[in-house]
Amino acid sequence: MARYLRYLIPLLLFTLLVGLLYRGLSLDPKLVPSPLIGKPMPGFTLTRLDDPDKTISDADLKGKISLLNVWATWCTSCRAEHETLVEFARTGKVAIYGLNYKDDRADAQRWLMQLGNPYIANAFDPDGRTGIDWGVYGAPETFIMDKHGIIRHKHIGPLTGQVIASEILPLIAKLEASE
Amino acid sequence: MIPELGHFALILALCLSLVLAIFPMAGSLTNTPRWVAMAKPVAWGQFTFTAIAFACLVNAFLSNDFSVAYVAQNGNSLLPTMYKISAVWGAHEGSLLLWALILGGWTVAVASLTRNLPAEVLARVLSVMGMVAIGFLSFLLFTSNPFARVFPVPAEGGDLNPLLQDPGLAIHPPMLYMGYVGMSVAFSFAIAALIGGKLDATWARWSRPWTTVAWVFLTVGITLGSWWAYNELGWGGWWFWDPVENASFMPWLAATALIHSLAVTEKRGAFKRWTVLLSLLAFSLSLLGTFLVRSGVLTSVHSFAADPARGLFILVFLCLVIGGSLTLYAWRAPDVTSGGRFSMLSRETLLLGNNLLLVVISAFVLLGTLAPLIYDAMGWGKISVGFPWFTTMFVIFTPIMVVLMGLGPLTRWKHHAPAELLRTFRVALIVSLAAGLLAALPLLHGDWSPAVGLAVLLSVWLVSSLVLSLRQRYRNPATLKALLQNPAARGNGSYFGMIIAHLGVAVFIIGVTFVTQFNIDKDVRMSPGQSIEMAGYTFRFDGVESAQGPNYRADRGRFVVSRDGKEVTRLAPEKRTYLVQRKPMTEAGIDASLLRDLYVSLGEGLGDGDWSLRLYYKPFVRWIWLGGLLIAIGGLCAALDRRYRLPVPARAGRSVPATGKTLAEEAHR
Repeated sequence: MARYLRYLIPLLLFTLLVGLLYRGLSLDPKLVPSPLIGKPMPGFTLTRLDDPDKTISDADLKGKISLLNVWATWCTSCRAEHETLVEFARTGKVAIYGLNYKDDRADAQRWLMQLGNPYIANAFDPDGRTGIDWGVYGAPETFIMDKHGIIRHKHIGPLTGQVIASEILPLIAKLEASE
Repeated sequence: MIPELGHFALILALCLSLVLAIFPMAGSLTNTPRWVAMAKPVAWGQFTFTAIAFACLVNAFLSNDFSVAYVAQNGNSLLPTMYKISAVWGAHEGSLLLWALILGGWTVAVASLTRNLPAEVLARVLSVMGMVAIGFLSFLLFTSNPFARVFPVPAEGGDLNPLLQDPGLAIHPPMLYMGYVGMSVAFSFAIAALIGGKLDATWARWSRPWTTVAWVFLTVGITLGSWWAYNELGWGGWWFWDPVENASFMPWLAATALIHSLAVTEKRGAFKRWTVLLSLLAFSLSLLGTFLVRSGVLTSVHSFAADPARGLFILVFLCLVIGGSLTLYAWRAPDVTSGGRFSMLSRETLLLGNNLLLVVISAFVLLGTLAPLIYDAMGWGKISVGFPWFTTMFVIFTPIMVVLMGLGPLTRWKHHAPAELLRTFRVALIVSLAAGLLAALPLLHGDWSPAVGLAVLLSVWLVSSLVLSLRQRYRNPATLKALLQNPAARGNGSYFGMIIAHLGVAVFIIGVTFVTQFNIDKDVRMSPGQSIEMAGYTFRFDGVESAQGPNYRADRGRFVVSRDGKEVTRLAPEKRTYLVQRKPMTEAGIDASLLRDLYVSLGEGLGDGDWSLRLYYKPFVRWIWLGGLLIAIGGLCAALDRRYRLPVPARAGRSVPATGKTLAEEAHR
């Protein structure tokens, strides 16, 4: 009997693999859970991108449903999502803020001039400190906060029309309804 | 109209693959010669209709028919003709169609090129290939129809991903698919043999040239992919352990083990069960690669549009093909007789050792590739497995493997006295140890460099063992004379193929180690007119100018590289923006030579004509691809060996005693 069992080993290993792959189909590899969800947003006070003499802080985002988009000029996916973000800003559904992450001020200003500015204001985070507090893995990332400044959602990777329609708009509607 | 013809042809191809899967197999089992005889013509029919479908899709791209959704997504009227054709396999649906076409191609090649194969064996092999074709053709038709129309018809196409607009990448997927799909031949031969219960040296002999050719394509495909990444991705790397790269590397490792194990089965009648298992494994890993790339379970720079329905389809297909074949294996393998016995020190043992190492490496690669998925599925969190894991694995296993590779060709089958072996290798051992020590000495760079020492030791060991082997083979002037008179004689192809391929491994090791150890790179900001020194070369930056391509705009940097005041070369790295997809792409400026590459890639414009730049000095990087090329050439020589074209009886007569003896030994036990 043992002589026959040996030859079943490859099949058994394969069965394990199939179980794993089947499970994998229902998981999204791009989904990185954030421990910050459900918690108040980390505090920050940074200079504004458009004017180094003015500052912006987490207090500015409170009191309304807000969206914080982490971006940089060196990030090609950010360029891909930029147009979507500009269009989304036109709808006025949510207050869009930006965190310009590990970037060059002049470059970032030029980018907004050329490609359009969807943001109410941008915080300038050249050394990425604030990014670390927010648990940023890489740009682009997008956070949604409720009225009280509690982080409700985090999206990693570029925003697309579909992401906005299926993830962000329903969430905003829910947050608005609950208040 | 033409796309509908293509769709219709594809449906016919699927119908014929059903016929191919059922009738010849049933005929061979029930002894119905008329059904067996259907195999060849039906295989041709299936191939022809797939080819018609493919031609229709090519035509849709060439004629800018944007009413076809796939063309609208991946084509563009501004694309150069070459890329219009390569755009056919630029995304999921078309690449799958190419896959099906290549599978049809291999099927008719087996149908028409194998001589001396009993009709029912051929029928079974073709039937199994027909079953595989059913899977791919129905996958195409039911989940990924490349001929689906779109309405309203867009005025212009969405363009081919700019990353793929490169000559290297235009031919890289077809080469790779030739390799992947070619493994289905070895797979089908193994299944046919398991069904027929005749696993012998003849089976190995039929399967061998096909496996070797598929392996050559896979080698070329992987080498091209690596070369493309180096040229196109702009960070000077040549291998990234990306899931998709791993997906091509795993079947390569399994196939490498397989071609060696087939040699043992053919020559000595041993390792039969192991060889069968490897045949199944090599193709299974190719299929697994397809699943990983197209199901979206892993993130990768290559990933195709992920779609859970497609993922599920391939998973079911995987279960049927791999699960079915492994069940057949579990059922039939216990009845296979063991082959010739051998002692602890013999060529069989060494080849078995290398086989196990290759399989272990490929298991480690699989584990590293799937680790993020395993973690996720177990709820342990998210991880990404990077270079250190894979590098450590290679540093551990490669030396052992190379030592065995050196010993193998000079060790006799069945038994070799250890003392005698030591005497043979005495010189090689001393020479390679001395060379390794010399290379590790802190002479050149002021530091001990054990990695370089090890690499040199291994390469010299390998090369000197090859020299020893040549000397042993041609010590007798008569054999040398025979070689010169008839270089294409039987057996020479495989022998010299082995020599060239193993030499390729030595070259590859040197390339990898030297480029990792002595690579110099700099990230700099430069103004026009400024010069920078690196590795003895002076790079003068002459600014960036605008250039216009057929479907892109580019910023083209100008560099003059000189050494000791003499101009060496001019480099023109580009940063392209493709007009349709607005993706920035880097085209590195490279001056290649055998001993070093100079590599410049443009970063970002920083204003006032200043640019951020990356400069690299990469010694011996060409040896990596030269090694790959030599390995492929070696494989080709082996596959073209005359003995595969000679009638079987001459050979079978010789292998009978080996089998007979084994059987006798079995009886004694």
